[in-house]
Amino acid sequence: MCAFGKPMPMPEPAVTVDQLVKTYNATRAVEGISFALAAGSVTGLLGGNGAGKTTTIAMILGLVTPTSGTINVLGAEMPRQRYQVLHRVNFESPYMDMPHRLTVRQNLKVFGQLYAVEPLADRIDSLARELDLVEFLDRPVGKLSAGQKTRVALAKALINSPDLLLLDEPTASLDPDTADWVRERLERFREQRGATVLLASHNMAEVERLCERVIIMKRGRIEDDDTPQRLLIRYGRETLEDVFLDVARGRGQAREAAQ
Amino acid sequence: MTVSSTGAVALAPHRVGAMVLRYLYLLRSSWTRLLELIYWPAVQLFVWGFLQFYIAQNSGFFARATGVFIAAVLMWDMLFRGQLGFSVSFLEEMWSRNLANLMISPLRPVEFVSALMIMSLIRLAIGMVPVTLLAIIFFGFNLYGLGIALAAFFANLILTGWAVGIVVAGVLLRNGMGAESLAWTLMFVLMPLTCVYYPVSVLPHWLQFIAWALPPTYVFEGMRALIMEHIFRSDLMVEAFALNGLYFGLAAAAFLGLLNSARRAGSLLQSGE
Repeated sequence: MCAFGKPMPMPEPAVTVDQLVKTYNATRAVEGISFALAAGSVTGLLGGNGAGKTTTIAMILGLVTPTSGTINVLGAEMPRQRYQVLHRVNFESPYMDMPHRLTVRQNLKVFGQLYAVEPLADRIDSLARELDLVEFLDRPVGKLSAGQKTRVALAKALINSPDLLLLDEPTASLDPDTADWVRERLERFREQRGATVLLASHNMAEVERLCERVIIMKRGRIEDDDTPQRLLIRYGRETLEDVFLDVARGRGQAREAAQ
Repeated sequence: MTVSSTGAVALAPHRVGAMVLRYLYLLRSSWTRLLELIYWPAVQLFVWGFLQFYIAQNSGFFARATGVFIAAVLMWDMLFRGQLGFSVSFLEEMWSRNLANLMISPLRPVEFVSALMIMSLIRLAIGMVPVTLLAIIFFGFNLYGLGIALAAFFANLILTGWAVGIVVAGVLLRNGMGAESLAWTLMFVLMPLTCVYYPVSVLPHWLQFIAWALPPTYVFEGMRALIMEHIFRSDLMVEAFALNGLYFGLAAAAFLGLLNSARRAGSLLQSGE
């Protein structure tokens, strides 16, 4: 409430998904899901293989056209109005790559130019310092280790300081030290920028650490949607992994009822 | 640090420039890629050039039509390499699994295609300029001696090459790497029909209708008229331009349709091997 007793208008959600469906031939990858991501929030998208996480993220990005339902990203209807907002969005996934023959600097220069980042050279230098890439800037991406490539991919995802950052298993196949380092950088980015983050992951510890809200998907549906702390209380579990297993094995509702 | 809100701009030169830069970095990184641009056109030139010499020694007709085979092979290479330069640049994104990165960026399809067309010209220049100089040195044939007609021939050939490249790119987006061979082979379907090395009158009557539906046919007929009869057939060039305009428009529409289909099918998530 403001000083005059009138309610303050709630900021618009950064992302609104309403009754989203995606069908590939006879397979329903996503079945009528709805959720909204508050601006500046960090949300985890949990689910097993084939749960629909990647398809959901791809539809939010406009990479995949929904069969039905609506998506609104930063005020623009996706995918129809994608070009109004894509310069404010970015994405990182280990399943996408960057041109291996180009150096780190060259790749960041190309993407920075695509996102119209200015001044670009300063931004690249700043990202290189933040993500410990200074010594690799002039090395071809193909000659980097997996952990180094992940840092480069993260640099590319942050090059335009996105208002909405989507991450699909950002620490997959990384050693624990590098994975922890990446999480720390994501936390720092989020604190500094106030960006909205949607993180799809299998790594429960990562989700517990980074996310203030967790959406659990299974076979294209949202099975549960709550804060990590409330999920633990409601399911009577000590770790998010146990909650996830309860949901994955269909024990979720029975356990809640027993509670 | 600011991010310019040029996402809504219909065609942004800086985004086209970013993609051209990307491909130039790639070319610079590999001398083998540069060599490959020159190697095959040079081989073709020597084979057909010496063949022309041999035939001219035994045929008064070809002795008078000096350069018609060499001109044909050089212009066929402009057509084929023009398309291949477009397609290979596009394939680089699929080979490097970078396509999804581009599709989630502010890069618009028209900007992507524009960059591919520019790269097609750059790759063609790198490959063909040295080969045309070799033609002068080894065979005394100066392609640039065709004058302003060369510009008309070139423009029509490159437009056809781009139209084929655009369709191939769309098919790749929709069907993935399984369609890669189209990039290397589709143009050869046109080779016998566009009458690169012989006049249209050689074809069976029913096949001539198909030949005259293809813009390059007008170019190769125009080339033979210029070299052998010293006549520039501007009517053929105008007709070629009209057909190219039609096919280019159809190719662009097909590309957008295939891109939308790829988005519906989820193909953009699966690009690359």
